[in-house]
Amino acid sequence: MTRGILAAAGYVPFRRLQRSAIKDVMGSGGGKGTRSVASFDEDTTTMAVEAARNLGADLAPHSIWFSTSESPYLDKTNANAIHTALRLDSDVSAMDVGGAIRSGIGSLRAALESNGTILVVSSDVRTGQPTSADESQGGDGAAAVLVGDGDVVAEYLGGASATREFLERWRTPGSSRSRTWEDRFGESMYAPLADQAWNAALKAADVTDVDVLCVAGMHARSVARVSKRLGVAKTIDLSQTVGDAGTAHASLLLVSALEAATPGQVVAVVGLSDGADVLVFKAHRTSTPRRRVDAMVDQAADVSYSRFLSWRGMLTPEPPNRPEPARVSAPAAERASDWKFGFIDDGHPLADTLGTIVTFTVDRLAYSPSPPVVFAIVDFDAADGQQARRPLELTDVDPDTLQVGDRVEMTFRKLSTADGIHNYFWKARPVR
Amino acid sequence: MTIKDKVAIIASSCTPFGEHWDRGTDDLLRQAVSEARDETQADPQAYWLGTAQSGMSGITLARPIDLDNKPVTRVENYCASGSEALRGAAYAVASGAYDVAMAVGVEKVKDAGYQGLNAFPIPNDGTQRTLTAAAMFSLVIPAYAKRYGISADEMQDALAHIASKNHANGAKNPRAQFRREMSTDQIKASPRVAGTLGVLDCAGVADGAAAAIVCRAGDASKYTETPLYIKALSFVAGSGSGLTDPSYDYTHFPEVEVSAKDAYAQAGITDPRGELAMAEVHDCFTPTELVLMEDLGFTGRGNAVKEILSGAFDRDGDLPINPDGGLKSFGHPVGATGLRMLYECWLQLRGEAPVERQIDLKGRTRALTQNLGGYPGEMVSFVSVLGTSPD
Repeated sequence: MTRGILAAAGYVPFRRLQRSAIKDVMGSGGGKGTRSVASFDEDTTTMAVEAARNLGADLAPHSIWFSTSESPYLDKTNANAIHTALRLDSDVSAMDVGGAIRSGIGSLRAALESNGTILVVSSDVRTGQPTSADESQGGDGAAAVLVGDGDVVAEYLGGASATREFLERWRTPGSSRSRTWEDRFGESMYAPLADQAWNAALKAADVTDVDVLCVAGMHARSVARVSKRLGVAKTIDLSQTVGDAGTAHASLLLVSALEAATPGQVVAVVGLSDGADVLVFKAHRTSTPRRRVDAMVDQAADVSYSRFLSWRGMLTPEPPNRPEPARVSAPAAERASDWKFGFIDDGHPLADTLGTIVTFTVDRLAYSPSPPVVFAIVDFDAADGQQARRPLELTDVDPDTLQVGDRVEMTFRKLSTADGIHNYFWKARPVR
Repeated sequence: MTIKDKVAIIASSCTPFGEHWDRGTDDLLRQAVSEARDETQADPQAYWLGTAQSGMSGITLARPIDLDNKPVTRVENYCASGSEALRGAAYAVASGAYDVAMAVGVEKVKDAGYQGLNAFPIPNDGTQRTLTAAAMFSLVIPAYAKRYGISADEMQDALAHIASKNHANGAKNPRAQFRREMSTDQIKASPRVAGTLGVLDCAGVADGAAAAIVCRAGDASKYTETPLYIKALSFVAGSGSGLTDPSYDYTHFPEVEVSAKDAYAQAGITDPRGELAMAEVHDCFTPTELVLMEDLGFTGRGNAVKEILSGAFDRDGDLPINPDGGLKSFGHPVGATGLRMLYECWLQLRGEAPVERQIDLKGRTRALTQNLGGYPGEMVSFVSVLGTSPD
């Protein structure tokens, strides 16, 4: 049996921040290009769900492993919400991995060198203090890789790691600000570690030439230097559109590479984070997820810098003078979990069914973490002779261009947070 | 079996509605109760208190008015809570369980500190919609205009006419919260709250209380020479299916249609437009009043815009709607509103409204109140018919 990647898909949120907008407001910072921005109603859990839904396959993993540097919950396993939103069976195990950037590529390698079918999802929301490099160079996104044996999209040829203790980037629990040591120190650490892991991985994979290279890491100088010196003709780079999606970035680059790879091509992924990890694959066929990374990169709309800051909690605008939502009842949510997380309406799964807007309104008074609320009555396309209607909040939408009759699809989101409890549910967004 | 002509209203009262920063729930209750008691010698043996969320249990009323171990029932049925109190009191005397009963409604909204009305959160799974009532009712405007081929401008003209008419009526009423006339231009220029619904399309938010005393019809003459008789009481709670029913189109309120039909059957009314002297209806938002004109059978489907603009429902029109000013100028102290509607019928049908407000009854002797709670697709509706003499 051939072990490798059975399916792979990414998720890039709809909004982009023009990096130049940072300097326009702050007088410094920013740069060229854009970065992706998770909406106010997205977190690493919801984006992981969207990435896994983009696999477009009937998923039957034995386990789901979730890694992020921005856990919506500590103590509580975030992978459970992802599991239930994907309507996986209750005998599928779910766990969270780490909290460091390296947990992304690390969990992918662990799955590749393990047994059974494992859904490896990684997701991140990256930001920093206004004008910081992390703010402008970071990106938000997620990737889902279904690892297992059989008719693989890409065969895992082998991998290697190099580890050394050094202080290059760190963040204490509870802080939204990452700290870094002087840039040149990291560069001097990563270069030899990358060489060591690269040589060992090529040996393990028994290849001499690599066709496509993906290098992920929060240390931009090292990523640029390693990309150059490995001498691979084609590199996958999302830095000018998405930015560096932290824990998810290595997998997101790999997903993107596999969507363009031709059979027989050798694809290598290098992760530079507290060491170096290198994974080598051979493409068996071009990956065809439900939604491609390049399509999501293109289908985007800008968000203003002020709104970006408020979505990340750096700015707090005055909310509507209405009570904030009460916390969700744990037993009520558990009883309704098929509906709340799986969007199964009376036995009919509706999450992947398209709908049409019957009527809609823009509520300028209702509480929302980012007013106004755009709300629509949605009729779902008939399935199994069942015609369903639901009142739903819309997201990733411009109310000025919205029309009755517009088509919408479902997306898993976070409605609000109260008492530290995230209220996850589904919203509708225009089909793009 | 019907309630028709079995119960008489022998007293009715209503406090001024408004932002009573200096008066609490207890003060408002005391005033409404004492003004109703002043109208009659009758001594209520049992009490029904309607309030959505200004107090729990009958003690909310028993404490401020010093009732000593009397049966006091607190009821809640959304924005129809005041009408619900009337139903309880009316059925209680009709059954013979009590000879005289009082219905009281109160709401102290302005202690909450938020705009609009806000319901207590009931623990839930977090998937309920959290829109404001304004947003839910705003869905009616485009849906209605589209179904009947009415232009956005004409729709706005009709909705502004409703608000302007109710403000003009309220301007003459000392109990109203807002006592200023408003032009249709002012109304149309008000800031949007939800969809195309402006601030001045919305009912005000006010504190207030109202009350009524009832007895069996046969006993009415013991207490007053000019009672009103209950001709019909209808109440329906929808199943909420409109929210998930693909055939519901947001141009009518089925719960109101059912309760109106039931009330007309009880009262023996076949031509409400021609037989009623007036109606007090639940104009929480201007599109609500527009749709109610059709649901209550005052005009045919698709005709409301034309009829409203013709002045048919103005104070001097064919069928005056909300001659006291409605929720628009009174505001909406949730538990009190249903009994405030009754109070206007009490004044007008008995010719006791001040001369500058008295409508031309055109020889008609019956009036209607319509009080709803909830939203399009998920609604409770109350309809009563009151008359000056038993058949």
